[in-house]
Amino acid sequence: MHPLHIFSEVLQMALDYEESKTKLIEGLKKKSKSKTKFYFNDLAKILEAKPREAKKVVNRMIIDGHLEYWSSGSTSMYGIPGMGKQAAAEHED
Amino acid sequence: MKHETPLLDQLESGPWPSFVSDLKQQAEKRAKNEEGIDFQIPQDVVEDLLGVLELSFKDGETHWKHGGIVGVFGYGGGVIGRYCDQPEQFPGVAHFHTMRVNHPGGKFYTTKYLRELCELWDLRGSGLTNMHGSTGDIIFLGTTTPQLEEIFYEMTHKHNQDLGGSGSNLRTPSDCIGQARCEWACYDTQAICYDFTQEYQDELHRPAFPYKFKFKFDGCPNCCVASIARSDLSFIGTWRDDIKMDQEAVQAYIGGEIPPNGGSHSGRDWGPFDINKEVINLCPTQCMWMEDGKLMIDNKECTRCMHCINVMPRALRIGDDRGVTIMAGAKAPILDGAQMGSLIVPFMRAEPPYTEIKEKVIEPIWDWWMEEGKNRERLGELMKRQGLQRLLEVCGFDPDPRMVQEPRSNPYIFWKEDEVEGGWERDVDKFREKHQR
Repeated sequence: MHPLHIFSEVLQMALDYEESKTKLIEGLKKKSKSKTKFYFNDLAKILEAKPREAKKVVNRMIIDGHLEYWSSGSTSMYGIPGMGKQAAAEHED
Repeated sequence: MKHETPLLDQLESGPWPSFVSDLKQQAEKRAKNEEGIDFQIPQDVVEDLLGVLELSFKDGETHWKHGGIVGVFGYGGGVIGRYCDQPEQFPGVAHFHTMRVNHPGGKFYTTKYLRELCELWDLRGSGLTNMHGSTGDIIFLGTTTPQLEEIFYEMTHKHNQDLGGSGSNLRTPSDCIGQARCEWACYDTQAICYDFTQEYQDELHRPAFPYKFKFKFDGCPNCCVASIARSDLSFIGTWRDDIKMDQEAVQAYIGGEIPPNGGSHSGRDWGPFDINKEVINLCPTQCMWMEDGKLMIDNKECTRCMHCINVMPRALRIGDDRGVTIMAGAKAPILDGAQMGSLIVPFMRAEPPYTEIKEKVIEPIWDWWMEEGKNRERLGELMKRQGLQRLLEVCGFDPDPRMVQEPRSNPYIFWKEDEVEGGWERDVDKFREKHQR
C-alpha cells in the first residue's frame, strides 16, 4: 500500500475518533442526571460499536483526559472527569 | 500506641498468630524508625489503621469508603482506592490505597527482590503487605494518592515490575511452580503464564470486560493453584499416552525400601506400605491390579487423578505425549455461587507461541463474553445462562462425551436440523407403511 493511503486511513480513523468522542460525551451527559459512572457496555451501546472497536475509542479518550476510570476493586466503570459526588471528595487538594 | 484497642487486643489471645500483633509490631517499627527512613506517608499510618479497625468493631460497621478514581496514568487497574470516612480522627489512613504488583511466575523470587520491594513500600507506603492476594499478586496495603505514580515509576524503571490486574480486567495470570521444580509438570507453566501476561497487556491494564477474568495454569491434575475451582479459564497439564512404570521401583515400594509419598508422611509410623490398600483400592476408576507380581494399569480408563503417581513417584511417571486440558467458567462464590470449571478442550498442545490456544479458545470466548455478558457476569454465569453448547459453537468445537459433567444432567446438547441427515422433514407415507396411526 502506498504510504499516502496509510496516512489517509489514519486520518479517517482520526475523524471517526472525533465523531465517536462527541457522540459518547453527549450520550453520557444526557444520562448524567441519573448516574455519573457507567459500565463499559453502556459506552459500547452509545457508540453503537462492537466492544473491541469501542475499546479503541475509549482507551484514547482516557489518554486524552475526556474519560476517567473508576474502580471498586472488583468492577471498573467509566465517567467524565469531574462529574459525580466522588470526584469532589477525591480530587486531591 | 496512639489509640486504645481493647477489642483488637482480645484477638491476640487466641491460639493462632494474630494480624493485630503484626500490625502493632509494624507500628512500633515505624515509630522508632531506627533505619532513618524518610517516610513519604504519615509515620503513624499503622496506628491509625488499628484505631479505625477498633472503631469498626465498636460500631459494627465499616469506616472505609469503597473504590475510587485513583490509578496510575493509562492504567484502569492495579490500584484500588481506599478512603477512610473518619479522616479527622484517623488522618494517617485518610487515603489508604491498595496496589497490586504482578507476582513473578510460580511466585519464584529472591530475597533480594523481596527486600527491594519492601524498601520501596516502607518509604512510600505503610510497609504493610499481603503475600499474596487470592489471585496471587503481591499486595501493597495503604498509601496516599501522590505516592501512586512515584511507586509505579520506581517499580517499572528500577525493579522491572508491573502492576497486576484489578477491576473488570484480565487479572494477573497465575501458575504453579511447574517444570522449574516439579517432575509432574506436563508443560512449562511459567513460560505460558509469562507469554499470556505479555500478549494480553491491554486486557490486563485497560478494563473493557463485563467483570473480572482469570487465567490459571496448573502443570498437572494435582492442581496446586486450584485453577479448576477459581479461574475462568483453567489450563491443566495432562498426557495422552500411558503412565510410565518402573516395576523394580514398584517392588521397592512394596518391600519398604522407598518410603511412599516421597516420605512426606514420615512423622509417625503408619505400618508397612500396603499397595492394595494405599494405591490399587483407592483408584477412582479401578483401573489398576497386580498380576504375577507386576503392577498393571488399564490406561484408557485412567482419569489422571494423580493418586498413584503421588504415592509412588519413583515407580510411576506421567506419560510423554503431553499438553493441556482446558476448563472454562470456574469462580468463587459471589453472585451465583461457587462453580467448578467445565471441560471445553480435552487435549491441546501447550507449546510456544501457543497460537492455537489464543486463537481458537481465548479470543473467541472473549469476543462472545464481551458482547453477550451482562454487567458483572462472569464467564461461568454466561455459560449457565446460554448453555455450554453456545460456548462450543463460539469456539467451533464439537461436543464430546468428556464434556459431560454427570450423565442425564449436564450438559444438554441439542442436534440442529442441518446436523442431522435428512433434517427434520420425513416422508409420512413411507413412515406409515411400517407404523400404524
